[in-house]
Amino acid sequence: MRSIIDILDLSVEELDELIQTAQDIIAHPDRYSGACHGKKLATLFFEPSTRTRLSFEAAMYELGGNVLGFSEAQSSSAAKGESVADTVKTVSCYADIIAMRHPKEGAPLVASRAASVPVINAGDGGHNHPTQTLADLLTIYREKGTFENLTIGVCGDLKFGRTVHSLINAMSRYKGLKMVLISPEELKVPSYVKKDVLKKQGIPYVQTTDLEGAMPELDVLYMTRVQRERFFNEEDYLRLKDSYILTPEKMKNAGKDMIVMHPLPRVNEISVAIDDDPRACYFKQVLNGKYMRMALMLKLLKEAGRI
Amino acid sequence: MNIDSIQNGIVIDHISAGNGMKLYELLDLNSLDCSVALLRNVSSSKLGRKDIIKIDKEFDLNLDLVGFVDPQATVVMIKNGEIVEKKKLDLPKTLINVLRCKNPRCITTTEQEIVHEFRLTDRENRIYRCAYCETKANL
Repeated sequence: MRSIIDILDLSVEELDELIQTAQDIIAHPDRYSGACHGKKLATLFFEPSTRTRLSFEAAMYELGGNVLGFSEAQSSSAAKGESVADTVKTVSCYADIIAMRHPKEGAPLVASRAASVPVINAGDGGHNHPTQTLADLLTIYREKGTFENLTIGVCGDLKFGRTVHSLINAMSRYKGLKMVLISPEELKVPSYVKKDVLKKQGIPYVQTTDLEGAMPELDVLYMTRVQRERFFNEEDYLRLKDSYILTPEKMKNAGKDMIVMHPLPRVNEISVAIDDDPRACYFKQVLNGKYMRMALMLKLLKEAGRI
Repeated sequence: MNIDSIQNGIVIDHISAGNGMKLYELLDLNSLDCSVALLRNVSSSKLGRKDIIKIDKEFDLNLDLVGFVDPQATVVMIKNGEIVEKKKLDLPKTLINVLRCKNPRCITTTEQEIVHEFRLTDRENRIYRCAYCETKANL
């Protein structure tokens, strides 16, 4: 049974296929409105989420299917001490596909080994969030028209930011990539990401603390939030949370085609005044996320012989 | 110093000096109800010094664990006083229920009866990572 736990579970060819499907859904939504008629998505969210859960649910509704599930661990049997494996074995009896978010890293892998239906990782703690990366990739592709020869700047919390690590992993497979890693000293990209991905694939990269200085050469600026929940020490969080705030003034340093992305939710790292700038793409990312989740669910349900 | 040869059992030879006790503990040889000899700092033409473990019983030895602790060790199976098989070891690609993940955010710290799995991600530097959360194993 095929599940998607990590973005690297999908080959470059499969990513291309998903992007083509998503583009086709965007162009011809009517063709897909009954594609999952009679099918059920279970959204098992052991941790609160607005965007991802609603995106999965909207995606399934737009494919003509139905949704069941829970949105916090307290309203599931996990509160009674049930294991992840038992929960998904039970849910496999009711649903055709599962989207799961869990605060513990690796929980979706445990689920995928126990389930008899496909499992999609909708975020496991600070570890993986492959469908966010799918949203990011479709946004880059639709805005830039290619994945090749791009200079991508990632800014903010590069240490704990799972979306950044997944994006680096996914983009590292395309030609001509250059990375600019912009973060405070304390939140730099972990050395294993540099060693296992950037150095291993021979991808040129620069590490800097200077956002404005890096902006002129970027095709994509990917901003991230400093996440309170990843810190053990509140003082460290307070000291680092406002390290980078993108303002209209700073945007003057950017090229006219540079796009600004953000996995959302933002706190104050992107000024609301930028929202009307045509280069701001973070709400397009949200929409693209829904289309990629539709494409992914279609692919997995087809592979499982359920549609 | 002489230790009698064994009739039916297993000899783990060419263990790097110092690793013998680690293997003895990880293999839980203390729980066996047969003679077990752990020889430390034995002279070796190949290694200078080595450790040897002799187990006077045939049992299902976890070769992955031996290979993980000391890939240069050799395992010899003995039957009726004769060597019947020599096993060359290598770093195993996966380790099942050998190590436990120390990441407090990992699912393996809360789920009961989960398979503890580590994967070899860097052979040159002998780095294993948890299959669930990718945290590097601390040996």
